Amino acid sequence: MTVKLRYFAWVRERIGKPEETIEIPPDIATVSQLMAWLASRGEEYAYAFKDAKVIRAAIDQRHVRADAAIEGAGEIAFFPPMTGG
Amino acid sequence: MKATVRLQREPFDAAMVAADLTHGRSDVGALVTFTGVCRGDEDGAPIVALTLEHYPGMAESEIERHVAEAIERWPLLGVTVIHRYGRILPGENIVLVATASSHREAAFSAAEFLMDYLKTRAPFWKRVEKAGGKSWIEARTIDDAAAERWSAPPRGREAAE
Repeated sequence: MTVKLRYFAWVRERIGKPEETIEIPPDIATVSQLMAWLASRGEEYAYAFKDAKVIRAAIDQRHVRADAAIEGAGEIAFFPPMTGG
Repeated sequence: MKATVRLQREPFDAAMVAADLTHGRSDVGALVTFTGVCRGDEDGAPIVALTLEHYPGMAESEIERHVAEAIERWPLLGVTVIHRYGRILPGENIVLVATASSHREAAFSAAEFLMDYLKTRAPFWKRVEKAGGKSWIEARTIDDAAAERWSAPPRGREAAE
């Protein structure tokens, strides 16, 4: 499955890019599995996803939980807890 | 019912935006405006500026969804939300929530509800610039608790059902 990934704030800085389009292996089914798989892709990813528990995710621009299924997603975003307002 | 959501880099005039909600009408009895302003210090140390990063597209749709929810929950006559992004200097406005209603309770509650959600659910991230460097502001659990109180159904309505 080909998905566009987007990163924000310190997740973006640690990975070193704001977005990328990648091919995800078929055995990756949930957001948390995707984070674990990404963390294995290199030092910068391991650093970004070190505290995977605090990282929030959105699928197609809607907030989702870590156990959400990624099937059918076009865009998945990872970011720290929000600090707007 | 006039609802406006704007994300912009430029500063805004809070008084002018609020006045728009009552202009030319006489049914508004309460107008609440909240303006979030960039403080000149963080943890006791002076800051140079704040930079707000956002998720374009999702930020608009998240705010619009919460504005729609506020309109559903309270009898509002108008709502305006403006959120800035980019570099913001101490003393400048960051965010504005303005709510108009016939009576004050709805206007106060809806404005608080919208601010609590903006703090915890709208995809914005603040980075603070100090003399010693830049760092990301950490989310505060007190903000999560403030947003959480709105997820319970309103007591009055629950009792009536």
